[in-house]
Amino acid sequence: MANRIVIDPITRIEGHLRIEAALDGNHTITAAYSSGTMVRGIENILKKRDPREAWAFAQRICGVCTTVHAIASIRAVEDALGINIPKAANLIRNMIIAQQYIHDHVMHFYILHALDFVDVVSALRADPKKTSDIQQSISGWSNSSPAYFAEVQKKVKAIVESGQLSLFSNGYWGHPAYKLPPEINLLGVAHYLECLDWQSQVTKIHTIFGGKNPHPNFVVGGVPLPIDMNSDQALNAEKLAVIADSIRRMNDFIDQVYLPDLLAVAPYYLEYAAVGEGLGNFLAWGEFPEGQLNEIEKLVFPRGVIINRDLKKVIVPDPRDASRMKEFVTHSWYKYGQGDGTGLFPWEGETVFNYTGPKPPYEYLNVEGKYSWLKSPRWNELPMEVGPLARVLILYATGHKETVALVEAVLEKLKAPVSAVFSTLGRTAARAIETKVIGGLLQKFYEQLVAEIKAGHTDTFNDEKWEPRTWPKRALGFGYTEAPRGALGHWVVIENKKIKNYQVVVPSTWNASPRDHKNQPGAYEASLVGTKLANPEQPLEILRTIHSFDPCLACAVHLIDASGKKVGEAATGFNLVVR
Amino acid sequence: MKEKTIYEHLREKGVSRRDFLKLCGTIAGMMGLEFVAPVKAPGKSLSPSPEEIVAQALKTRPKVPIIWLEFQDCAGCSEAISRSSSPLLSNLVLNDIAIEYHETLMAASGFQAERAKEECLKKYYGKYVLVVEGSPTLAEDGIYCTVAGKSNLDLLKEAASGAAAVIATGNCACFGGIPAAHPNPTRAVGVADLIQDKPVINIPGCPAIPEVTTGTILHFLIMGQLPKTDQLKRPLPFYGNTVHDHCLRRPFYEAGKFAGSFDDEGAKKGYCLYQLGCKGPTTYNACAGLKWERGLSYPVQSGHPCLGCSEPHFWDGGGFYQGQSAPTIRLDKGSTATLVGAGVAVGAGLAGVNALKKSRAKKELKKQQASEARAETENKKEG
Repeated sequence: MANRIVIDPITRIEGHLRIEAALDGNHTITAAYSSGTMVRGIENILKKRDPREAWAFAQRICGVCTTVHAIASIRAVEDALGINIPKAANLIRNMIIAQQYIHDHVMHFYILHALDFVDVVSALRADPKKTSDIQQSISGWSNSSPAYFAEVQKKVKAIVESGQLSLFSNGYWGHPAYKLPPEINLLGVAHYLECLDWQSQVTKIHTIFGGKNPHPNFVVGGVPLPIDMNSDQALNAEKLAVIADSIRRMNDFIDQVYLPDLLAVAPYYLEYAAVGEGLGNFLAWGEFPEGQLNEIEKLVFPRGVIINRDLKKVIVPDPRDASRMKEFVTHSWYKYGQGDGTGLFPWEGETVFNYTGPKPPYEYLNVEGKYSWLKSPRWNELPMEVGPLARVLILYATGHKETVALVEAVLEKLKAPVSAVFSTLGRTAARAIETKVIGGLLQKFYEQLVAEIKAGHTDTFNDEKWEPRTWPKRALGFGYTEAPRGALGHWVVIENKKIKNYQVVVPSTWNASPRDHKNQPGAYEASLVGTKLANPEQPLEILRTIHSFDPCLACAVHLIDASGKKVGEAATGFNLVVR
Repeated sequence: MKEKTIYEHLREKGVSRRDFLKLCGTIAGMMGLEFVAPVKAPGKSLSPSPEEIVAQALKTRPKVPIIWLEFQDCAGCSEAISRSSSPLLSNLVLNDIAIEYHETLMAASGFQAERAKEECLKKYYGKYVLVVEGSPTLAEDGIYCTVAGKSNLDLLKEAASGAAAVIATGNCACFGGIPAAHPNPTRAVGVADLIQDKPVINIPGCPAIPEVTTGTILHFLIMGQLPKTDQLKRPLPFYGNTVHDHCLRRPFYEAGKFAGSFDDEGAKKGYCLYQLGCKGPTTYNACAGLKWERGLSYPVQSGHPCLGCSEPHFWDGGGFYQGQSAPTIRLDKGSTATLVGAGVAVGAGLAGVNALKKSRAKKELKKQQASEARAETENKKEG
């Protein structure tokens, strides 16, 4: 029997993820199984509530990618009720989304992902002078003196020598798969610590417009904070200055720390440009509307599907197409009325808990049967990868100039072929490339907002449909966003002023899904096959690939309508565009 | 070997004595320790200042190990605490309070992570602080949340048994939060519903204000005991007043000036959001005092009514956009058929209204406590 290893908990992610992997005699993964081990049932909790309040409930699906579920939710309700929001409100929302990406991606790279590549203990052997030389050669970042790095080293040394390693205890330090020289390890540790402080100071856009972070406040029809340059309470010049400064801090860190670090570390791990891809199918719902919600041709990040790595053909998926967008539960702890082999379109979805797994405490899951609280969403019956790599590939394939230039510059720097993007390293690089693009967009949205205010267009809220008496008896809505981790869709059914059904298909459900009705693995599961482990007791290689997706599990596990009523009015056809 | 004190750790890291004393002042402020002017009474020495209490504690107490468990959570409270405002404080949390287990932050995964926890539970038995984020779930023996193949209930019991104190952070860990919102599909409860043989303190909020969580941990670190609490186990330094009590829009409430809609003239001038459904008057939390992100803002300041997120079962409290005792028809739509709202709007009987509000708040609290007590009894029956 093949050797099976279990990693549970996968740490440095949001939520509760378990990976079981079967190994052959050479410690190479032959099959992998991804399981979400927590469920709350938020969609069921949302039923019968006021749709204007749904964003607050939905937002609590995840506190790491905060805002994204709130955005998808208000868009779903606005779509259902036919609400257009003022331009200034849309720009403010775009800024909120952009800040979320930047904060989240940088935080992921340093706090959640870096320790897979940076050996903290090795940093103690570094020569701070050499680290300083490296820093000064890669960017103009001011924290670059030998004394600065010596100070960081001293701090780490004190932690290691105290014996209380705290968050660093029991890491895989000294593992042969750590390849960086001590000097770059020290650089990485220094920036890990700098990132902790940096990230606590760049959520100001959320705090100004939403009152706090995580979980800022939103409102259906616009944004809560009014604009009035002559008020001390509304958005005024003082608050705009705080925002401008915050944007500058973000872009400085991206340009002078994040991107240079990625390019300094990547050459030591080029083997990860050849492993860890998996599916080759990619999906994005699109983001940054510059027009109204459903003017998808005005999305800065296009909506698209790429099948089997074919960058010549970008299909535009229709989220309202019931024949293509389906969720399966063959290997998930739910049951469907029409049998567990069928797939259901989210507006027509049904979910009943059906735990068939072992009684805890348990050692292994029964992966032949049901083994996860995640469902298996499929587009056209195919598993899809979502996230930064999907978005960057779609931008690249559709000729987005800045993205094309950045992708080519990174590939040239690493002397890697285009095929290298379909990999663990490609995913991590795509996240950085996208962050750079978004940093520029954020500055642009800010300038556009200022221009709107100057032109006297200061409305931030459309109250035409605020009162439930103005609503139709029944309405269906689809709300999308591209969360940092990938395509997010909320499907809502409103009936008699209340939520009749509410369903969420989140990025990590796509990526971390278990096998489906055709036994096709999800993206995580596919990405691990073929990876060789140096030491199965310390499966660092698995963490690298899984973390490259930036898992977020609280999002991924959800629950829909227990009664599972058909809602109809769904299919609007399949929309194929070759660009 | 004698464990090093926090002061010794800080000195080794190059923190000067002067900076150390400044830090003590900051911490004393964070803890809500009130400064009592020293009075020289005959035959008695001066009572120590808050800074001196903190300094003395940091000089004599070793690091407190923290075990941070996540159950039905969204990691929002972890994210929040990572943004705790003072850099020196973050330094303290990361380096001097030893976080020994925290799934979202720690380097180790899988059995190495679990082993680190087991070692810590053994080594620091009776000394560590257990922080819980997210609700425990009772249904079907805890299968709705497992880690490392163990049910969340077993994990909680195991970690609580050797804890010196238990801190529930966020509304979910305190009161069941959103998983416990109707119809509570997984039978989520608060930690204090399950752990009754240990001191448990609740830091509710959605998420909890980071400085309140760190401030409470520091209070324990320095005073060796948890701060005084209200009946809902919330620490008085942070939950002694309502959001309304300290709200910067409060003067407009007193003057009867209200926003009638988002983005109307009143909203632009920063008028009170009471009629838009603000729950500030019945919500005990430090939002309006401490604020978020170094005092930058809080929800009401940013134009949105308070959701009441530090109160039990606020998700089922009857509508975020419904004023608690406000008219069901909004004033801006031409109706004057109001109860409290009309009285306030004409500026009459303000003191009376406030008294009314307070008695309502008290009633609300009593109601909540009663329902808490009921839930507790039910749980005991079930347990």
